[in-house]
Amino acid sequence: MSALALAAAVKSGERSAAAVVEEHLDRIAERDGEIGAFNLVLAAEARADAARIDSALARGEPVGPLAGVPVALKDNLCTRGVPTTCSSRMLEGWHPPYDATVVQRLRAAGAVVVGKTNLDEFAMGSSTENSAFGPTRNPHDTSRVPGGSSGGSAAAVAARFAPLALGSDTGGSIRQPAALCGVVGLKPTYGRVSRYGLVAFASSLDQIGPIAATVADAAACYEAISGHDPLDSTSIDSPRELVTASLERGVDGLRVGVLAELCAGSTRVEGAAGSAVEGVAADVIARVDTAAAALEAAGASISVVSAPSAVLGLSAYYLIAPAEASSNLARYDGVRYGLRVDAANAAEMNVNTRTAGFGAEVKRRIMLGTYALSAGYYDAFYGKALRVRTLMRREFAAAYADVDVLLGPTTPTTAFELGAKTADPLLMYLNDVCTIPANLTGHPAVSVPFGSGDDGLPVGVQLMGPALSEPILLRAAAVLEQAAPSGGGAR
Amino acid sequence: MLLERAAYPSDVSGRITRAEAAHVARLARLRFRDEELDELAAQLSAVLDHAADVEALDVTDIEPTSHPHPLVNVMRADEVRASLERDEVLAQAPSVDSGQFRVPPILGEAP
Repeated sequence: MSALALAAAVKSGERSAAAVVEEHLDRIAERDGEIGAFNLVLAAEARADAARIDSALARGEPVGPLAGVPVALKDNLCTRGVPTTCSSRMLEGWHPPYDATVVQRLRAAGAVVVGKTNLDEFAMGSSTENSAFGPTRNPHDTSRVPGGSSGGSAAAVAARFAPLALGSDTGGSIRQPAALCGVVGLKPTYGRVSRYGLVAFASSLDQIGPIAATVADAAACYEAISGHDPLDSTSIDSPRELVTASLERGVDGLRVGVLAELCAGSTRVEGAAGSAVEGVAADVIARVDTAAAALEAAGASISVVSAPSAVLGLSAYYLIAPAEASSNLARYDGVRYGLRVDAANAAEMNVNTRTAGFGAEVKRRIMLGTYALSAGYYDAFYGKALRVRTLMRREFAAAYADVDVLLGPTTPTTAFELGAKTADPLLMYLNDVCTIPANLTGHPAVSVPFGSGDDGLPVGVQLMGPALSEPILLRAAAVLEQAAPSGGGAR
Repeated sequence: MLLERAAYPSDVSGRITRAEAAHVARLARLRFRDEELDELAAQLSAVLDHAADVEALDVTDIEPTSHPHPLVNVMRADEVRASLERDEVLAQAPSVDSGQFRVPPILGEAP
């Protein structure tokens, strides 16, 4: 049952919030041992919240659009008094003294938090194998990764542990696991959803967004969490866009551009492209072509659009994001919260703490970022990456003068085997090649399940749009959802 | 010990040596064994080699973008407001003394 159907059933009295929560807790108890989506299941808290909603309903009080809907939170979102680990030894046992704004807003909408989900440590990774607490497995095939870094959230929705989850997306961490798990993932416009209470990774890129089994659920969740927040200085100070009311309006007359740089091998792109990113599998591109045809059949016009700097996105991202991370993660010094490994003096204590508390990938990114920012290399690497970011903004702005949305794959391949890419960091980073442009430009993008690959595993197609185009993106996503070939959905 | 500047050649391939990795580790307040440093040096070199496409660009006339939106300074009204409870915050600290964070000595000999 979708989140919206559950909320409707709870509000009509057809089902109690308590029964809905119990059903999901049962499913978690039954199968999460195998999947490993959750770092922490909040059974008692969820039961208490559900009981509160049921009694509010009994008293005839308003309960919100997501009344009684179980939600899973990525474990880098602060929950007051409830452990928030970022899947790192560094924060094991930490109890935040406040709730993230998105958590408050979901609760205000009536949603019931059922647990905190696993992630790549501090959201750095594309497979959820970098967790200090063990990997999460893909519900479609437990020998495969769920993607990452929001792999726990995507797996939780795919396994129907919760119809809704929140993730965070710095280079694709909502969309990539959503694609690999056959669910919907939306990275909103940078600044549209408050990041107050999101543990920072790369502050000019991070954005919180929904993962859901349906486009309508993702839209409802987005509507519940978006909007200005004075507690986040990067929050956009304008009224939020409403997305649910216009969701069924279709794509008649919509101008869709197939992004050539992400679609080498597409029948539409053939001969049109200059250089394109390598490694996007033929079965994934075939799904993008089918999606383009589906949008065309629904009344959209399709053209091929080029943004040459998109091929530079991966390199620019893997300089910018680690640089920002190296600065953000300097706060883990063993002084104010989290782990401390003591020493005779403070500097040695800092080193001992960070060396013991961070995992290998986090250390690698801190090293890369520190190097990119260090004297003698700043201009050659970080400085140039920032200029590439300007190029991308210009080229995507030019593209959006001609089309309303861009279409491409979300990921180069379907879900890969656990362990397949852990030995080669660069190989792992290549998973983000299609999702990174929207982070560097700050634009919204959504991944929609669209059938399966040759291996039978889910494929996601990605729609990107200019800033604050969420209403149009989600409308187009709803059309694709209706047209999607069978297979690859939540299970 | 500071590494000599000479250990920072402007190597176009972006290769990192063990000594450079050790220097960066010191800046980042991390400690590695020698074999870990060698592995990191190789892995970081591979990433930087991939970034050669960015490094090779002539983008001198393009201004940098550090942030998706033009940033303006956001200030709240200058009035006293409640903040987080001190005891609740300090309860999360590894070591506390007299309502403050306690740390090992930062200067001089250890006691």
